[in-house]
Amino acid sequence: MDARKEGERAHVNNRTTVERKSGRELVTTRTFNAPARIVFEAWTRPELFKRWWVPKSMGMSLLSCEMDVRVGGKYRLEFAPDAMAFFGTYLEVTPHSRLVWTNEEGGEDGPVTTVTFEEKGAKTLLVLHELYPSKEALDAAGTGAADMLSETFTQLDELLVTLGANAGRS
Amino acid sequence: MVQYTQTHFNASFAALSDATRRGVLEQLGRSDASITDLAEKFHMTLTGMKKHVGVLEQAGLVTTEKVGRVRTCKLGSCRLEEEAAWIEKYHQLWAARFDELDKVVEELKRKEKADGRKKRRRARSRE
Repeated sequence: MDARKEGERAHVNNRTTVERKSGRELVTTRTFNAPARIVFEAWTRPELFKRWWVPKSMGMSLLSCEMDVRVGGKYRLEFAPDAMAFFGTYLEVTPHSRLVWTNEEGGEDGPVTTVTFEEKGAKTLLVLHELYPSKEALDAAGTGAADMLSETFTQLDELLVTLGANAGRS
Repeated sequence: MVQYTQTHFNASFAALSDATRRGVLEQLGRSDASITDLAEKFHMTLTGMKKHVGVLEQAGLVTTEKVGRVRTCKLGSCRLEEEAAWIEKYHQLWAARFDELDKVVEELKRKEKADGRKKRRRARSRE
């Protein structure tokens, strides 16, 4: 009961902000009501990561998720229904404070993603920074992402509900 | 999203707050022009005009292209709305992800608390 109340409050207070800092950079921020080590854990353990990375509104489901979280280690995410893959390499892994990885599925136009976890009292400020090789690459990625997200895969909704319910139980 | 829009609006307002820069936009609405053309037309130094064009460029109102030694200025395509729409989508995706992440984080916190209690109990029973 208390936990649920806390969750609701977190939802109200902790806004997600997105800002295009420059032609090549997108910066997203969000605060979490937990110490950095816990938030970091949820980003680096595949079994936890895959529970939040693909929200229902994305209209996709994750087929597989492999993450070798160490400098030079690879990750690979594959999505249903068309086995679209996202993959790259971890460039920096600093426990509880910083993750940097490449996004290589788009060839040379992919961004480098930096996530920092900054503990403030009992909370953690998360800053996700995506740096594209050029303004054109960011513009193109935006258009592509908007197209992708606007597609709906209604046939998967039921499956996602089931997955969501299972995750809630475990 | 709100923040993003504000940043862009602020840049646009700042760019439009100056009479010379509004004049430059009007001029470019009629035809493309080099920085030198614009400097002459507005009786300014090249450096001064470069600064004004820089502000307009930053706000996305003007784009420039250098061919040889001449930098040509034209009105920006100003794809603000289109851009705002996909930033909104991007924002929605991350907001949804982070709401799910909140749930995972709450669960980890509860688990850690429970494990802590267990450990303390074990420690006490060993004493």
